[in-house]
Amino acid sequence: MKKDVVQKLGFSLIFLCILTTVFFLGTIIYFIFVKGAPIISWDFLTKVPRNAMTEGGVAPIIAGTFYLTLGAMIFSVPLGLACAIYICEYSPKSFIVNIIRISINNLAGVPSVVFGLFGLAVFVNFLGFGVSILSGSLTLGILALPLIISASQEALVAVPHSIREASLSLGASKWETIKRIVLPAALPGILTGVILSVGRVAGETAPILFTAAAFYKRGYPKNIFNEAMALPYHIYALMTEGAHPDKQKAVAYGCSLVLLLLVLFISGFAIILRQRQRSSYAQ
Amino acid sequence: MAYRRIKEQAYKWIFTILAFSSLFFLVGIVIVLFKEGTPIFQKIGFLKFIFGRKWYPTYNPPDFGILPLILGSLWVTVGASLVCIPLGVGSALYLNEIAGFKQRQFLKPVIELLASIPSVVYGFFGLVVVTPFLQRLFNLPTGMTALNASLILGLMATPTVCSIAEDALSYVPHSFREASFAVGADRWQTLTRVVIPAAGSGISTGIILGMSRAIGETMTVLMVAGGAAVIPGTFLEPVRPMTAAIAAEMGEAPMGGSHYHALFAIALILFLITFVFNIIAEIVSRRFRIKLGLNG
Repeated sequence: MKKDVVQKLGFSLIFLCILTTVFFLGTIIYFIFVKGAPIISWDFLTKVPRNAMTEGGVAPIIAGTFYLTLGAMIFSVPLGLACAIYICEYSPKSFIVNIIRISINNLAGVPSVVFGLFGLAVFVNFLGFGVSILSGSLTLGILALPLIISASQEALVAVPHSIREASLSLGASKWETIKRIVLPAALPGILTGVILSVGRVAGETAPILFTAAAFYKRGYPKNIFNEAMALPYHIYALMTEGAHPDKQKAVAYGCSLVLLLLVLFISGFAIILRQRQRSSYAQ
Repeated sequence: MAYRRIKEQAYKWIFTILAFSSLFFLVGIVIVLFKEGTPIFQKIGFLKFIFGRKWYPTYNPPDFGILPLILGSLWVTVGASLVCIPLGVGSALYLNEIAGFKQRQFLKPVIELLASIPSVVYGFFGLVVVTPFLQRLFNLPTGMTALNASLILGLMATPTVCSIAEDALSYVPHSFREASFAVGADRWQTLTRVVIPAAGSGISTGIILGMSRAIGETMTVLMVAGGAAVIPGTFLEPVRPMTAAIAAEMGEAPMGGSHYHALFAIALILFLITFVFNIIAEIVSRRFRIKLGLNG
């Protein structure tokens, strides 16, 4: 009988753990929704800020996040995909591949603020891009690189070897096989990885602190050498800078909800997409 | 035919070069951190920098001792592990052992989705909700404390720990469980004496990566840890972890000055710490895969 009691207690404890987790994480999301929803309106999403960030909308800030994320992807997707193709298709299985793989794993674990310092030293100062969308995009791109590489690698490995062999036996060259056979088959998996990293990059703050972000800028960024306002940084700045903390807090609620919705929507889309793919492989 | 062969070679070289350029970024980060960080070691000495108890970078003469910052990071990371290990591992056990198929199909993606919430949103929540709450609860001068940062960081790291631990649990072969049931163990005994030990190193990998995430996290600690660069006495005092110091001070540090170099040196130390964490995680997870006979 004692055995039963221990088992019941143990299982209740485990249940309590997941209940606590879901409760607190749910509270955070619920809270941001409840406080942010009244702030958001069509004007909030489409107008420029007025009166020292306390009124008007946040459209240029959303645009800033869009440009930074787009820039990061333009840089990291081709490079990451090429890296994954090299590792999976071309490289001799060797010492060097192991080094590349370990480096990528470690690159994924580097704290985001360290990427920010690297961007500051290399892109802003050394290459002279200044605090700009270009510097910020490149910095975010390096951060996204390991995510893209590992997602692409996973997708490429999942393509069965027999398909490659069939293509080669028909006289196709290695590159023709990769281009016409392997990449189309791996494309959905690669896309999922790219979308997931878009969600991650859009919410990153620390890498753009010193490389791209400005708290106050008039209007939209004009070219890639401009500073930009961005949603995540804007939330931080609204809470720590400026002269009207109370009015700014309301805007910060709105920005948090916009960012949260954006990221949850993008990541949720990718996760659902991936589950579909997994079940289609299983068939 | 020759043209085709040249084209093939060209593609091979293009991919090789691009692959190595991503290796170049990691090397580049290390080089930049060393180049910009080491001048401060030469100036005031490595040990004095690490173990100096005073961090007054803008005073005249300035003090560059980062012990308070290291301890600040250590406190919030330990605090965060106290939150994320039980919650993360417990949730993983629930998902793997108790939840039915449908529940798991629903909860696993939800937990993964929660892992994608940006850190600045957690920081914002900590600032507007947890800070006033803690201040009232403990009657403190400020609610921005090591405790606050620990709670928020711990919650943030929970989905990471949970996902990886759940993966590890799901790799434990069913035959292990069946063998245990066959000799008369109940589900709890099977869980604690067979499944958890078998998945142990995989779960540890999750814990290490969760802690590595907590120690490198910037925005949350910048917003809720309080920012006082003093050696913390209790969890109810403000701290200034290393990441927060870098993020808060880099904007004002004149380029090429001692303060600038000191902040890069902190980043270098942070990088080395997370590097060690990642290597340990890699070794532990490889051992786990070999133990369960998965592909190495």
